Amino acid sequence: MTIHNVMPKQTPLLLPLAHAPAGFPSPAEDYLDQHLDLNDHLVRNPAATYFIRVQGDSMRGAGIASGDLLVVDRSLSARPDHVVVAAVDGDLTVKRLKRLGRGLVLAPENPGFEPIALTGERAVEIWGVATHVIHALTPGAGR
Amino acid sequence: MSAGLLALMDCNNFYASCERAFDPGLAGRPVVVLSNNDGCVIARSKEAKDLGIPMGAPEFKCRQLFARSGVAVFSSNYALYGDMSARVMATAGAMVPRLEVYSIDEAFLDLAGLPGSPDSNSRLIMEAVKRATGIPVSIGVGPTKTLAKAANRLAKKDPSLGGVLVLPEGPEEPGRAGRLEGPGGPEGQAREAFLTRVEIGDVWGVGPRYASRLRDLGVLTALDFIRLPRDWVRKKMTVGGLHTWLELQGTPCIPMEAAPKPKKSIVSSRSFGRPVTRLEDMREAVSQYASRAAGKLRAQGGLASAVLVWVQTNTFIAGEPQYSQARSLALNPATSNATEIVRRALEGLTGIFRPGFRYKKAGVMLLGIEAEASAQLSLLRQMDGLAERDARAGQLMAALDHVNAKWGRETLFLASCGVARPWGMRQARRSPRYTTVWSELPVAYA
Repeated sequence: MTIHNVMPKQTPLLLPLAHAPAGFPSPAEDYLDQHLDLNDHLVRNPAATYFIRVQGDSMRGAGIASGDLLVVDRSLSARPDHVVVAAVDGDLTVKRLKRLGRGLVLAPENPGFEPIALTGERAVEIWGVATHVIHALTPGAGR
Repeated sequence: MSAGLLALMDCNNFYASCERAFDPGLAGRPVVVLSNNDGCVIARSKEAKDLGIPMGAPEFKCRQLFARSGVAVFSSNYALYGDMSARVMATAGAMVPRLEVYSIDEAFLDLAGLPGSPDSNSRLIMEAVKRATGIPVSIGVGPTKTLAKAANRLAKKDPSLGGVLVLPEGPEEPGRAGRLEGPGGPEGQAREAFLTRVEIGDVWGVGPRYASRLRDLGVLTALDFIRLPRDWVRKKMTVGGLHTWLELQGTPCIPMEAAPKPKKSIVSSRSFGRPVTRLEDMREAVSQYASRAAGKLRAQGGLASAVLVWVQTNTFIAGEPQYSQARSLALNPATSNATEIVRRALEGLTGIFRPGFRYKKAGVMLLGIEAEASAQLSLLRQMDGLAERDARAGQLMAALDHVNAKWGRETLFLASCGVARPWGMRQARRSPRYTTVWSELPVAYA
């Protein structure tokens, strides 16, 4: 049986398979056969999920640093207080969606940056909802 | 697929839409995508079509127009298109009892048995795909594949329909008695009005040669066509023509395997007779599909730029764990080599296969297909100047035309050079492989 081929090559964190029975799988084997795949933890809807690289410091306060990886689900409806990726003036930007009076703004979490109003003449469109941020604690540890 | 309620979902300007999905700066701008080695235009956004840029136009002839009109020009990026295709199919496939991939950007969906109206279900699917992928799709619904395809075509042409056209349901089978509605009833009238709007050349399964012969006879629309006598159609257009004739009247008779060849891609896929649970068996099936697809590719003298492999369980068996996944891998340089295509397909399978599921279906699709002959053609052009005056180039063109006539208009495109070169393809303007390469992910500014 070729067990190792089963593992996705680019998944870095895998626990070894302890047991690989032959024949028809029983329901219990669903548990025996599992290796823990971070995708299961981070990605609810794979067809709608994208990895996005962060560049810039305006979201420091939200724990999002330059170079971090965002897990973004485009199928989720953005609601106030979600961290979102939005298309603003032809670029993608990451900000927190916030209520301001009767309108909505894309708010930075760094005092050095200005919020972006969602109403007004700027073309702003919510691209997706960021569900996780992956931050390498050791320089060079991530991809 | 059963009779009743079939939808044909087709992505709008698929390659151009993929480029836009990750680059908001392209909104509203004309976008074109070039063939391998940046030879000629193989995809256009609506704005690019409006500029009058023809499909298949050589890049060097359009250079000035591109610059003058601010056209965003991209080399083809099949890693991206394949991955986005898989996402579109997975999103739609999760919402219907059955989905059959027809080409990289088209699938037949079975809407039978779903709660809600076909129109509202189609709109839900359209919105879900748009949200998950950013790709706009159009959906045509009818009782047969041919009618669904025709409805889709009109849904695309007529902006007032908002991307969805559902044909009136339940047309009578020829000879079936006991229905209150005759052809003159309201349903029959609506269907006739629809068929008048479908040009004969747009009917699925009516190739360019049949279309021009039919036009000569005064048969200009699908309605004219179904009014021809059955025996005449059977005699002059063989059983294929008869199937089209029947399907246009609401009688399903084209199984997926016998469907007219899609443009731009080759699909080899089949449902398993019984569920497959082991990777070994799945590898065997995928190898077989991949080599069958490679055989079709060689038969049409093409080279493929990417291979897409997918597996799925039977989505609508309640209580069983479900899984559906697809992966695309680039073939670089483009190839028709079966060994290489099988190797890459298995590599993709290894990445997506998960134990513990009862798989119902697997498939392999080849995409980014271009003419092998075009490599030599471009060399001849360089040596002798104008290809039109060169006998040898003319012969190659004739061969190319022959293939296109046989397999569909857009099967083979001229590329400036399609040969395997040791230093790789010319892809000067390829966008990042946003979804398949870690170092090329989209950037969000913070």
